[in-house]
Amino acid sequence: MDIFVFLKMVPDVVEELLIGEDGKSLDTQWLRMKLSDPDEHALEEAVILKEKYGGTVTVVAMEAPEVEEVLFTAIAKGADCAVKLPGDWAGIQAPAIAKLFASYFSLTQHQIGSETLILIGSQAIDDLEGEVAPYLAEILGAHYVGVVTGIRLDEEKKKAIVMKEFAGGLRGEFELPLPAVLGVQAAEKPPRYVPVAKVRSIMKSTRIETVDVSPSEIISGLSVERLFIPEVAGKAKMIEGPPEKVSTQIIEILVECGIIRR
Amino acid sequence: MQGPILILAEHLRGDIASLTFEMLGIGRKLADDMKVPLHSVIFGKDVAPLASQLGVSDSVFVLNHPQLDMPSSEVVAALLKTLFEQKNVSLVLIGGTNVSTGIGPKLSFRLNLPFVNFCRNIRVKDGLVSFTSQLFGGKILSDVRLQENRGVVSVYPGSFPIDAGKSDRKPSIEMLDLPLEETKVIFKKYLEPEAGDIDITKQDVLVSVGRGIANADNIALVNELADALGGALCASRPVIDQGWLPLSRQVGKSGMTVKPKLYLSLGVSGAPEHVEGMKDSGLIVAINTDPNAPIFGISHYGICADLFDIVPTLIEEIKTHKSE
Repeated sequence: MDIFVFLKMVPDVVEELLIGEDGKSLDTQWLRMKLSDPDEHALEEAVILKEKYGGTVTVVAMEAPEVEEVLFTAIAKGADCAVKLPGDWAGIQAPAIAKLFASYFSLTQHQIGSETLILIGSQAIDDLEGEVAPYLAEILGAHYVGVVTGIRLDEEKKKAIVMKEFAGGLRGEFELPLPAVLGVQAAEKPPRYVPVAKVRSIMKSTRIETVDVSPSEIISGLSVERLFIPEVAGKAKMIEGPPEKVSTQIIEILVECGIIRR
Repeated sequence: MQGPILILAEHLRGDIASLTFEMLGIGRKLADDMKVPLHSVIFGKDVAPLASQLGVSDSVFVLNHPQLDMPSSEVVAALLKTLFEQKNVSLVLIGGTNVSTGIGPKLSFRLNLPFVNFCRNIRVKDGLVSFTSQLFGGKILSDVRLQENRGVVSVYPGSFPIDAGKSDRKPSIEMLDLPLEETKVIFKKYLEPEAGDIDITKQDVLVSVGRGIANADNIALVNELADALGGALCASRPVIDQGWLPLSRQVGKSGMTVKPKLYLSLGVSGAPEHVEGMKDSGLIVAINTDPNAPIFGISHYGICADLFDIVPTLIEEIKTHKSE
């Protein structure tokens, strides 16, 4: 089985995000990038599937700050091959990303067939024009299910049986033949940890492949007028001061509301 | 010339989703502002009885078929494309939920029209429709427009009032007879939620942790705080997905909805997916390092600080207070 995982870097939202001078994009100067959370789960699920059913795992990512470390880490976790698509992809949206990923297959002459399983994080936090997986499935003519939280294969390894999340803990089981593109929400186990030393040694012994994909002209009928930071409704009464003072005030509030006894 | 607006009615296990009424409400306003008809469509097995609840729309199209029990996104996208073309539709509203995932992008690809994700607001000014989408878990909003107001829009749950989408009016109902695309994506069965060690929906006090907890080793500290307060620990999605707490402790749209007397939120940014599950808590106190964190918008009290600076002191003070 040939498992492909497409990875995307997104801004780390733990940091404060600022708007750039054009008013329509993020200020990238202080932006810290990280692997999109669901993509990290897609990678984990791919490695779990390889361990269970055999096959190879290829990870493919668009060039971005920190992406090489992410690709080396993927190899340290169990991927067999890491590929970078060089270019300046800032602000690129799902319809264009899906075209790039599809062209990776045609450029490398990978046949998409009953051995092909493609995993992508279900939805990224910057997917303004939708998630990549269903667009890619359309281009490749592969079947698709999104918000997947578990995957197994039938005996012939020709069909995937997947769990899809609905709401409130309710899930559904779907069956679909390969080739398939699955939008992964969460792997069945949390993403594994690999020691930094292992990643460092992989960096010395392994090479990241590059495939030159040319950006395709995509004229989006969607135009971004402006980005802005939402005003916090200002409902919260802010408590300030050193930890002792803050703690005392929290306790006073809890006592007042009858949550802890006076 | 602007064409009608079409709403894909979402339903699960025989109930119309509340988001459908949200979409009908805003869709009605939009259609009136633009002087175009509002249509809605419902696909499924045994869905005909649900059509009468969609009276806010001018016409309801119904396709009832045994093969449409939880249909795949490709089947729904194909049906919507046919309807879009037959009825000369301009704008389609689809629920931004797990149930409907994938339908919007597939439809937009097949129609070669743009797709707007995460939509939280829609306005019309001088005949131009503008949409506000949330990005980065609600930390940034984006105003966008569509060429000729044509496209597919995914509506974020909880963005519009439900009541505006309900009416006793009898809509005109049209039973559709459309060919179904053959699909190999087969729905097999529902998997019911697993019960956890404790039921967080029944707790008076919840201490909630988010991404700010940084790693699994820190769970012990916040657990100590939950114990001191006589409550339980719950979390937002990233913490659950990392496996630091079990699935039964997840608060949010895809997890549990909770209404404790106290919701003490630590390092949770307050992404709408999370807020959906806890906004009706009695008292909400939030600690977060980011002064712009959306969680402060729905909290009663906020502390802009590192949780690790506050929590150890808070535990000590609660213990001291109890022993006095």
